[in-house]
Amino acid sequence: MKSAVVLLPGLNRDRDMIAALTKISGHAPATVWQTDTEIPDVDLIAIPGGFSFGDYLRCGAIAARMPVMRAVAEKAAKGVMVIGVCNGFQILVEAGLLPGALMRNSSLKFVCRQVKLQITNANTMFTRRYQPGQIIRSPVAHHDGNYFADAETLARVEGEGQVVFRYAEGTNPNGSINDIAGIINEQGNVLGLMPHPENLIETAHGGSDGRALFEGALGIAA
Amino acid sequence: MIKARITVTLKNGVLDPQGKAIEHALSGLGFDGVGTVRQGKVFDVELAETDKSKAEADLKAMCDRLLANTVIENYSVTLT
Repeated sequence: MKSAVVLLPGLNRDRDMIAALTKISGHAPATVWQTDTEIPDVDLIAIPGGFSFGDYLRCGAIAARMPVMRAVAEKAAKGVMVIGVCNGFQILVEAGLLPGALMRNSSLKFVCRQVKLQITNANTMFTRRYQPGQIIRSPVAHHDGNYFADAETLARVEGEGQVVFRYAEGTNPNGSINDIAGIINEQGNVLGLMPHPENLIETAHGGSDGRALFEGALGIAA
Repeated sequence: MIKARITVTLKNGVLDPQGKAIEHALSGLGFDGVGTVRQGKVFDVELAETDKSKAEADLKAMCDRLLANTVIENYSVTLT
């Protein structure tokens, strides 16, 4: 299984994502720059975290309008798996590839800590190696992770099982509606989440709770 | 040349923690009776276009496609 990582000015978790994909799959992912209009033939495209374009206008707003994101949207429409982590999640909602919006944390503070996540849908390509309802640990580091959707959109997202991760055990760090930490599109191939599973993939990280996400997506045996 | 001012505000019902913090700070300064404060954005845009209706249509398209996130924000366009 091949992967690619999207690079944009201002991202700072790109190396972490590249390291995680390399360690787990055994192959270095291809990298695509913001101005690239074509993405190589891959099975998984990852948009890392950071502060693309300095979070100007709105988090992810400028990045979502770059040429590379049109290429990501074309690949996503063809069924290629896409994962956006943190700023990557913000970019996916700004690009219209996922519903809702990510707003300033209700505390107004940047949060950098470990949270607990419940797997609320284990029937996706990304979460198939977890048990339904399983609680895992994951780091978060963000200022704008407060997921919001209007009542109609929220009812649809909840009703269709598109909420994949929820903050558990009172660890919601940002005030997101219904404790939503990550959602998937209707087709089940585009996932966005605020937590950083790529930062918890080996014992040196203090745990490997995030590893199964990439193993599931890349079809790699545990 | 046409000049325009675009105002982007949060929709009703969308929580605005920054507005809330400003509201509290105003109370702290002794401004009594401050009700709700909502924070928004203002863009002043200059256009080479001279046709007003075409300029308005362009400005609305700019709002829909970039300047506002219509999931959470409303916008208004005023030619100045």
